Amino acid sequence: MKNLDSVFAAYAIGWAVFFVFYLSVAKRTSSLREEIERLKSSLNRGK
Amino acid sequence: MAGAAVLFLVVAAAYASFYIAPEERTMRVLQRIFYFHAASAWAGMTAFSICFVANLLYVWRRQEKWDALGVSCAEVGLAFTTVVLITGPIWAKPAWGIYWTWDARLTSTFVLWLLYISYLLLRTLIEEPDRRALLSALFGIFAFIDVPIVFGAIRWWRTQHPAPVIMGGPDSGLEPTMRAVFFFSVLALHALMVFLIVERYQLEKMRADFEIVRREAEAQ
Repeated sequence: MKNLDSVFAAYAIGWAVFFVFYLSVAKRTSSLREEIERLKSSLNRGK
Repeated sequence: MAGAAVLFLVVAAAYASFYIAPEERTMRVLQRIFYFHAASAWAGMTAFSICFVANLLYVWRRQEKWDALGVSCAEVGLAFTTVVLITGPIWAKPAWGIYWTWDARLTSTFVLWLLYISYLLLRTLIEEPDRRALLSALFGIFAFIDVPIVFGAIRWWRTQHPAPVIMGGPDSGLEPTMRAVFFFSVLALHALMVFLIVERYQLEKMRADFEIVRREAEAQ
């Protein structure tokens, strides 16, 4: 089928953009959570 | 659970675009990009519209939650507009023979993308949280001016981009099954948009918690 490669590329790249965005949010959330835990434990040690 | 439901919807929408929607006579299989491209554009516009409302509410009420919602929607809207700007040229090359042309719709969409990139860059340049929130809200209100221009570009000017098939006047329209598949894709991508905004909003709220803990640590 003519142009099927273009259709496939559009869907694949589009979904990849959403997936990468979701991963970036998840990664930022997890590193921030670790940072909060680290700060909280250093605060508790200081008390 | 919400993630699984969204995944089901987007997979079902992709299936419907390939297997349920009938093949268009002129562009054949290539036209199937439409269900993903146009639905992503609609979801991006909705995200920027929520961003605009959040920006207005921040300027009016000065509550942190509106700033958090504004930046979350701006990032998600930008992701959707990126998809539009990638899938459009992939469709354009076989259909028009060129990847890009500076027509009204394409240019105004590219300007929209640049405006929201600037919105996010502006936030990285201001340290003080209240000042950052206010200035970015004001910039967000300004950036939103381009959204109705993007919407109107294919209605006010006749250039390279096809005329609208939805809300395009008496001469526009879609075959009923195509229309149903398109609106199902719009629904699926809006569900994805809401899911991503919620995820991104939680990150922004966590940043606020982090600031509180950090100030406590500094005070000790």
